Amino acid sequence: MAWLVKGARLLDPARGIDRTGDLLIDGGKIARIGGEIRADGEPETIDAKGCVLAPAFVDMHVHLREPGREDAETIESGTRAAAAGGFGAVACMPNTDPPLDSQGAIRFVLERAEEAGPVRVLPIGCITAGRRGERLAEIGDLVRAGAAAISDDGSWVESPLLMRRALEYARMFDIPVVTHAEDKRLSAGGVMHEGEMSLRLGLRGIPAESEVVAIERDVRLADLAGGRLHVAHVSTAEGVAVVRRAKERGLPVTAETAPHYLAQTDRCLAGYDTNRKMNPPLRTAADRDALREAVADGAIDAIATDHAPHPLHEKEVEFDAAPFGVVGLETALAVLLTYLVRAGHLPLPRLVECMTSAPARILGLDLPGLAEGRDASLVLFDPDGSWVVDPSRFESISRNTPFAGERLFGEIKALFLGPRRIVPRPKSGGGFLFPDEEAK
Amino acid sequence: MKLARKDLLGLEGVAREEIELILNTAGTFKEVLQRKIPKVPTLRGKTAVNLFFEASTRTRVSFELAEKRLSADSVSIAKAMSSAEKGETLLDTVRNLQAMKIDFLIIRHPASGAPHFLASRLDAAVINAGDGAHEHPTQGLLDLFTVRERFGSFEGLRIVIVGDVLHSRVARSNVFGLRTVGARVTLCGPRTFLPKGIEALGVEIETDVDRAIEGADVVMVLRIQKERQDGCFLPTLREYAVLFGINRKRADRLKPGCLIMHPGPINRGVEIEPEVADGPRSVILDQVTNGVAVRMAVIYLLSGGEVEHGVVG
Repeated sequence: MAWLVKGARLLDPARGIDRTGDLLIDGGKIARIGGEIRADGEPETIDAKGCVLAPAFVDMHVHLREPGREDAETIESGTRAAAAGGFGAVACMPNTDPPLDSQGAIRFVLERAEEAGPVRVLPIGCITAGRRGERLAEIGDLVRAGAAAISDDGSWVESPLLMRRALEYARMFDIPVVTHAEDKRLSAGGVMHEGEMSLRLGLRGIPAESEVVAIERDVRLADLAGGRLHVAHVSTAEGVAVVRRAKERGLPVTAETAPHYLAQTDRCLAGYDTNRKMNPPLRTAADRDALREAVADGAIDAIATDHAPHPLHEKEVEFDAAPFGVVGLETALAVLLTYLVRAGHLPLPRLVECMTSAPARILGLDLPGLAEGRDASLVLFDPDGSWVVDPSRFESISRNTPFAGERLFGEIKALFLGPRRIVPRPKSGGGFLFPDEEAK
Repeated sequence: MKLARKDLLGLEGVAREEIELILNTAGTFKEVLQRKIPKVPTLRGKTAVNLFFEASTRTRVSFELAEKRLSADSVSIAKAMSSAEKGETLLDTVRNLQAMKIDFLIIRHPASGAPHFLASRLDAAVINAGDGAHEHPTQGLLDLFTVRERFGSFEGLRIVIVGDVLHSRVARSNVFGLRTVGARVTLCGPRTFLPKGIEALGVEIETDVDRAIEGADVVMVLRIQKERQDGCFLPTLREYAVLFGINRKRADRLKPGCLIMHPGPINRGVEIEPEVADGPRSVILDQVTNGVAVRMAVIYLLSGGEVEHGVVG
């Protein structure tokens, strides 16, 4: 199968490409890139005027819930959601049940992903056995089985000694240690950001400092151990400042934030909406603004969704009783285009970097993108197409989005992954089409 | 004039005119309560459910009496006797109640925001009878009623709230209500109980109780929960009593006419000395009496009742 994408904005910032032109995909590979391509044979021509053709996105932080919580998400539903959001690869966190702390568990995820479809799944293994924070997991085995990184996401490795050893040990495999930076002894029992809103709402607060002190400690341990530290879901201005200083000192520290922290603040919790409850929590407008700035200037490397599905009945409860987490794969691009690019806070090329080359570098992946001869891994989207978020149309099993009912800009038109093309119907017009599967 | 809202979830955002309407209506009901037969047929045929997920004597009985004095049918459910004990979710419990066609749901719940969660999903009028550390609006209103009954207005009054502000829904409702009607509010207590940034609510902060109560018109004493004595918020209740307890010595220095209030239940000897709680400045039992009239007013007004034609139609 061959496709000729015509008249798109070809955008691959990591390769310095940003121009209008055509791109030919043939036999699953990028055959040609040019100003105007006249192809031999009869490729299907796609009129892409006004659309952007970029490397397929990479989400370095999702929860696929399988094994253990297949009622919330499966590897199949989660990768379909990823495809619907324009992602060609996702790194899934190991806080499943059982956790991904063994070769067998990593292999299970890779096998299920293979069966599920074309989206690449990069399992992240545990730092500590059983995520218990007591002793190291068999990290070498995890890496050999295919783990792309290690993390105890959901929990911080409280013991500074164990964290130091993890950073040292991981150096042998050149993988990042992804830290969930939160000192739970300080955030104890908190359900939202501690500040004026938590005071008004009478909800227990999670102070910004529970994140800041944890990042600070981990940065110092990374310095001591010499290992690569990646800070997951940075949510505070002071957390950004710690990461920024670490980078200025030349430490191998990288960081990500999530679309919701760039779009919303703790003021959005006035109605006790549990679909806006996540950890770390939505912070203040000043934090959001600092994060926007950090994404723009590179202090924060990547944007990852922290896609965290939960079934409806678990979220339809009192605020205190609801689990933390929101889904994000299917709204990420549109949220970021709407709140950052269209609002003038971030140029589109930098956004594409944050969603492609930056996470790929951190995870040690080959740079996906617009280069002749490479396997196709491309996303085509219309940055001006708008749609209203209707969670009932999600590919994800779960519907816990903080953006329900919002009109957002940015529609995925197609995802090319090797020989396969995934073509969404308009988001507001009903589910997605996966032509290859339909053909089965 | 009518109260243009379906529910009463808190005093934050309730306008001054609305508060005055409720207090005026409560004044009329207080007269009713002093009649030989303290009952009106106003809400005949209406049904109220009191759903209490936390222990309560005063508030639950006060609501029940308010409903009965208005001739509504009422049912009370405590958590221990509800199907929540069998693992039913709050939403399912309440949907079942709704299916039995209720008009009012009065709810007390340990989770802040639980009444909001229900209000947006139910047709019945929801009245918050205390949610977590958030609000207890009818307590705030009865406190305002009691203050206004004594002073005539809120003009120029300085009201001091002493105690565990952080965990207190009574403090929040009073702060929102009192600020709206124009009183000055000083919050006093150990620093661990005064949330950072609370000045944003338009209040003054004072950690020296003697300075705080000097020249005050009203001292509202909050209950100190025994479980706070965990060595993290408070070293000991003894030290709290020494530093913040309203004892006779402190009460004697209050200016003439200063009222002492307490939402109950009292820990005698901790936040307040027995002689002060039972002394001449104390209006603690008036608060309880006024609670019934205020709750009658709230229920009546939420049912769409108007006041121009005289409350008791």
